[in-house]
Amino acid sequence: MTATITPVPPAPTRPTRRRRSRGDTAARAARGGLFHVTSTVLAVAFLFPLVWALLNSFKTKAEANQQPPTWFPHSLSIANYRSLARFDQGIGTYLLNSVLLSALTVVLAVAVCVLGGYGFARFTFRGKTLLFGTTLGILMVPYATILLPLYIVLGHLGLQNSLIGLALVLVMFQLPFGIYLMRNSFESVPRELEEAALVDGASTFGAMRHVSLRIVMPGVVTVALFSFLTSWNEYLAPLIFLNDGSKYTLPVMLVNIRYASYNIIDFGALQAGVVIAMLPCLVVYLALQRFYVNGLVAGALRG
Amino acid sequence: MSVTAASQPATDEAPTRRRVRRAPGSPGRRPLTGLMFVAPTGVIVAGLFLVPLAILVYMSFTDWPLLASPTPNGVDNYRNLAHDDRFVGAIGFTLLYTAITTVVLFAIAFALVAISNSHRRGTRFYRTAFFLPYVVGTAAASTMWWVDSSDSLGVFNRILEAVGLIHKPVGFLDTPGKALFSVITLVVWKFIGFQVLVLLVGVQSIPNELYEAARVDGASTWQRLRYITVPGLKPTLALLTVLSVTGSLLAFDQFFVLTHGGPDNSTVTVVLALYNKAFQSFRLGDAAAEAVVLLVALILLNFIQLRLLRNRENS
Repeated sequence: MTATITPVPPAPTRPTRRRRSRGDTAARAARGGLFHVTSTVLAVAFLFPLVWALLNSFKTKAEANQQPPTWFPHSLSIANYRSLARFDQGIGTYLLNSVLLSALTVVLAVAVCVLGGYGFARFTFRGKTLLFGTTLGILMVPYATILLPLYIVLGHLGLQNSLIGLALVLVMFQLPFGIYLMRNSFESVPRELEEAALVDGASTFGAMRHVSLRIVMPGVVTVALFSFLTSWNEYLAPLIFLNDGSKYTLPVMLVNIRYASYNIIDFGALQAGVVIAMLPCLVVYLALQRFYVNGLVAGALRG
Repeated sequence: MSVTAASQPATDEAPTRRRVRRAPGSPGRRPLTGLMFVAPTGVIVAGLFLVPLAILVYMSFTDWPLLASPTPNGVDNYRNLAHDDRFVGAIGFTLLYTAITTVVLFAIAFALVAISNSHRRGTRFYRTAFFLPYVVGTAAASTMWWVDSSDSLGVFNRILEAVGLIHKPVGFLDTPGKALFSVITLVVWKFIGFQVLVLLVGVQSIPNELYEAARVDGASTWQRLRYITVPGLKPTLALLTVLSVTGSLLAFDQFFVLTHGGPDNSTVTVVLALYNKAFQSFRLGDAAAEAVVLLVALILLNFIQLRLLRNRENS
């Protein structure tokens, strides 16, 4: 996050270093202390639920379901993860479905947005403004409202109850942001760079792929990251479009664990499921957060 | 939609044209090549957005049980909506939820932005901590919250007892008021990082020269905040209001998972009502009419909000 936000002028509200007497220094230290105490308390509050789920997922069955809950696991166990392996189709199936769905969505979204963004940035053709405007219009339409007819359209295409159909729907919802971001990215690449390649005999597509695409890579990573987070976490769309238990994704499985077990809810298994569902997102985000902020600035906030 | 149809001949014509006119400086004048690039976008927008939109409107004028074929029934579905107490109740609840959430999110976000905008050491860690919950899925976060809110096994009660705020466990999901409160705490925890990040980008995009000039002129901290920061942030605030209002009006996951609309259907949002009607009562026509009403309301709302934003920018 900071990587991109750091190159900024000093905080506006803070006076520049002009006079600094002893009294000032003491007051400053006190303010600094107060700042760090408040911030640390808040940061801990935000991180606590994540850490808590992780800790609980490694408690033994008995301890995870003990009232009141213990603060730290008395002994570590992977029993909760084991019981996930036995839930319905087994966690492996759901994990695989989630991975497949995310991979499909990311690849398709990146391909469509790169091509489309390039087309909108570099060419003029009839209906360009109309198509671009309609694509952005997807943002205006609450997606929950068109899931219903999408269900029927996918049925006609033979893509109901299929991860491919679901991926296509998720790609569609990525288009406004992705196309907008990629168009802006390509527009910022000077045409002259590609023209040199064209003169050397490259095709339009070749020039795009070998010259501009490398320069807009941060945008591509951003589109991929957003598509991954959306498809990995999406709950309502899989719930509606998939009706075969063997195709369910992790979020659907997670909620099912709670409702399937009637009165006896296995809190340990539930939290192990939460950990498996959230860990990839946290890791991917921490690894790529620089792109996330860059993309947000370029795509959503400028324009 | 016409765009996708027109893109068909591009496949066989483009290569020849490309060979003939490869004059540098003219890549923008080859419309067919351009159409080829945007064809996938066009196909998806047409097939998965415009066609469903049209079907939705048609559906809303039919009686359509999920597994049988539809029969047109005029405006019956819309007429029924007006007398549907659950739908009307859901609208009221959703508006209440949206109002509270938007205000609470902004209030807390400003405090967190003050921290995130500091140049002290450790700020980077604080920022990341505030943002991390945002990347956790709503279903996972809601499940986590449901576990933590439990009166017997939940950690929230345990913490409140440990610090002496309560003496016996509270049922956080037992009454309509507490259930709404629990959802709002979840939403604040989960979504505020995004709000803080966007505000931070907005704050830092205000040119520093403005502050320095004001300081030279002797403006107080409060005056700088009032006359530089707030006006400079207006576009950002407008964007966040649009996102927050739209997101709240469409809330589903957190209610479906955390409260399941309960207790006693007191926390049923519009989208949850719509989902129940379509996939539990199997009345697609009625659900479609609800969706159309929601759609029109949101488009109007966004239109008004964007107009207000534009007026402000001009003034």
